[in-house]
Amino acid sequence: MKILIAGAGKIGLEIIRQLALESHELVVIDNDEKILEQISNQFDMLTLNGNCASMQILNEANVEHSDLLIAVAGADEINLLTCFTARKLNPDIHTIARVRSPEYLAQLFQMREEFGLSLILNPERSAAKEIFKLLQFPGFLRRESFSNGRAEIVELQVKAGSILENAPMTKLSDILGIKILVCVIVRDGTAFIPGGNDTLHEGDFIYVTGAVAVLSKLLNKLEITSKKARHVTLLGGGRISYYLAESLLAAGVKLKIIERDEARCIELAQHLSDAAIINADGSLQEVLESEGIASTDALVTLTGLDELNVIMSLYGTSREVPQIVTKVNRMESTGLLDNLGIGSVISPRILCAENVLQYARAMQGKTGAAITLCKIADGQAEALEFRVNAKTYYVGVPLKDIKLKRGMLIACIIHNGRTIIPDGSSVYGINDTVIVVTCKQDPIMQFNDIFE
Amino acid sequence: MNYKLIFRIIGMIMLIEAIFMLVPTIICYADDDIVAGNSFAVTALGLILIGAVAVFLTQKRKTDFYAHEGFAVTSLSWIIMSVAGALPFTLSGEIPSFIDALFETISGFTTTGATILTDVEVLPRGLLYWRSFTNWLGGMGVLVFLLSLIPAVSKSNGSNMYIMSAESSGPSVGKLTPKLKDTLTITYGLYIAMTILCFIVLVIGKMPVFDAVCAALSTAGTGGFAIKNDSFASCSPFLQNTITVFMLLFSVSFNIYGLMVFRRFKEAVKDEEFRIFWIVVVSAIILISVDTRGLFSSWEETIRHSAFQVGTVMSTTGFASYNFDTWPSFSKGILFILMFFGGCAGSTAGGLKMSRAIIIIKNLFREISKILHPHKVKVVKISNKPVSEQVISTTMAYLAAYCALMIISFIIISLDGYSIATNISGVVACFNNIGPGFEAVGPVCNFSGFSNASKIVFSIDMLLGRLEIFPIIMLFNKDAWSRKL
Repeated sequence: MKILIAGAGKIGLEIIRQLALESHELVVIDNDEKILEQISNQFDMLTLNGNCASMQILNEANVEHSDLLIAVAGADEINLLTCFTARKLNPDIHTIARVRSPEYLAQLFQMREEFGLSLILNPERSAAKEIFKLLQFPGFLRRESFSNGRAEIVELQVKAGSILENAPMTKLSDILGIKILVCVIVRDGTAFIPGGNDTLHEGDFIYVTGAVAVLSKLLNKLEITSKKARHVTLLGGGRISYYLAESLLAAGVKLKIIERDEARCIELAQHLSDAAIINADGSLQEVLESEGIASTDALVTLTGLDELNVIMSLYGTSREVPQIVTKVNRMESTGLLDNLGIGSVISPRILCAENVLQYARAMQGKTGAAITLCKIADGQAEALEFRVNAKTYYVGVPLKDIKLKRGMLIACIIHNGRTIIPDGSSVYGINDTVIVVTCKQDPIMQFNDIFE
Repeated sequence: MNYKLIFRIIGMIMLIEAIFMLVPTIICYADDDIVAGNSFAVTALGLILIGAVAVFLTQKRKTDFYAHEGFAVTSLSWIIMSVAGALPFTLSGEIPSFIDALFETISGFTTTGATILTDVEVLPRGLLYWRSFTNWLGGMGVLVFLLSLIPAVSKSNGSNMYIMSAESSGPSVGKLTPKLKDTLTITYGLYIAMTILCFIVLVIGKMPVFDAVCAALSTAGTGGFAIKNDSFASCSPFLQNTITVFMLLFSVSFNIYGLMVFRRFKEAVKDEEFRIFWIVVVSAIILISVDTRGLFSSWEETIRHSAFQVGTVMSTTGFASYNFDTWPSFSKGILFILMFFGGCAGSTAGGLKMSRAIIIIKNLFREISKILHPHKVKVVKISNKPVSEQVISTTMAYLAAYCALMIISFIIISLDGYSIATNISGVVACFNNIGPGFEAVGPVCNFSGFSNASKIVFSIDMLLGRLEIFPIIMLFNKDAWSRKL
């Protein structure tokens, strides 16, 4: 596919990184020549220096023959204008724009047609949604929902002395008394799909699939506290905090936001009258102590500085805050953060890139493409949700008779709204939803790609 | 340094060279020249053996590939390719001295066209073909050919740009399409198509088929190896004009042709380098024609020879249709200056490149106006697009290295005792990949009289000129071989 990417900032780069692996023809527009030179050495693509909203540059980038435009420049206005202009030049182009300002979002919903937007990216709101999900269902490091929340993939770490330690895969159901499936294990930074004879070790990060109700039972069995957070402290009052606060307040959670900038505090206080807005430097120990960090249920660090977020989360761990979420914007997939004890790590950048990737693959595959796509295990594995249709191979054939490619796993089948953890005798039928987990680098465009 | 990946690429280059040696082998055996045929066959077998082992042993390798590796793999490939390409000349006994054979092959691959042979016509046809073919392969670049064949060298794809920028000519590398491979396929496709077109026109002009093949290959690479001792002097006017036109066509950037393929004619015609190239060509032809009008019987002949000589020097080919060493000093002076300019960036021609010359001159004007108005801000533009300060400073550094290396070579060459004009024009002709110079290295003479040391210096000059200095210099920089610094 021919894809234009306007803006090579943090999110733009992540999108380029993901799309470059999938053999698309990429053209990148940015007004910083240094960055362009750097990425043209790193990835196989065409770069153009200029203003992405100008007709001349878009023409030069061959917008007429492009399939998709992703506008992720710094300013919302530029992104919208870029999409608008591109749509004028090529009415068939699909456009994705990043719009982060809450003021615009409401009106955009009504003006989507006029602007010709296929998808609106809002990294901060996606991140807030993700964090909200984690706070609603504490105990897991990460949660990914599929099929309207009927099935989930959650991340756990095997702690020393846990009943999971040294448990073989085949005996898991007997040990726990519930049916779950471990689909990916990350051991020493490498992800793999476990076979029947693999055992779990202390320190492994595991990704588990199951029905939502079963997964909450899993927490009880593992004796992980799963008390829903009633008091949440947010460090930093940026956009993520704002979106998150809206959801949390609506869910009736008591909320405290610590923000250093006074003007921002006043702004927040105007919009979020039920939350306690504290104008103080959250990086000071005294401030945190006097604001009762020891008694809060959850600490979410959302300042603009990664280092500060990590350190404040570490402090939260030392004060035994039950649940901690850390926002990080770079170096998130290096494995450095895995064993630090900073709770769940959320990266708005990667969430955004996943959305785009999912859209691009759906455009390419048209029918039979993944409905949901998420990267797990630091991007080393992917979980994809597919709908079985008449063209799917092996409908009604027991799984033990189907030969899958190496590094593929059918993790879950949702049949008539019922979540089934498959075994050798399971089958899938037309209109079922299937969740596939893969450790392979080659992209899976459609369900039939997983078969040998 | 990722040695394994470098060995692998060099191994592949050896395999490709071995495959290309098949044609001369067949020509030799068909002509019943068993000695020459065997020399090609033995070299090809050796290349296949070493290349296959190199590729086989490096199946497991790291994929990191940066500028270090790009430079190293380019310069090493060229050196190894030249050494292997020289073997058939020595093994067959046609050029007994290996230094001479190496000079001849490097001259071929770098598309210089300077020769140490006093009598070309006695060479077996297989070796003649191989000489012309080295011109063709070296013109567009063998690594570029490899890149258009194999999938990305390493996973991140972009790494190929490092090879591309090390082997291609000009201050910066432009891509026509988002995917490097598509650009390379288009460029090589055009190159092959234009070579075939040149061949067909030559055959229509009643040139024997084998001669036309060799002439087309040499012209396309802007190399300049002729298979006749008098180059093109005894050819018909039609053939001479054909060669003139194609030499000039091949010294235009292939990106221009690519744009035309995509029907983006406006952009192609508006290209500043393209325009200035033709302005320089036409004005040089007019000036030389006026200056040499007394030497020829008709204006047609005057213009034909002037155009051929301007074309051969400007495109850095090095054919000759007339011994321009006998021309008046003014004409010789113009030809000498044209030697430095060379063709356009992204073509098969050598020299400083038109776009570099434009940058240097525009930058000079900018600096001059800055002396008068110290606070003046001015941006250097080509085709109405700003040239980044980084490119300008690299170009100025290139100019400095270009001059310094030519001066050093000139001093070493002077030890052989030839005249100053011979030495200067010889160095300039080799460094800019032209071939003939003036006086003792003029169009009807050759380089055979120089000592071995001088021939090695000339050979290094040719490589420096073709790979545009920096990749070769990197080979001698010890920091380039480790990443510790």
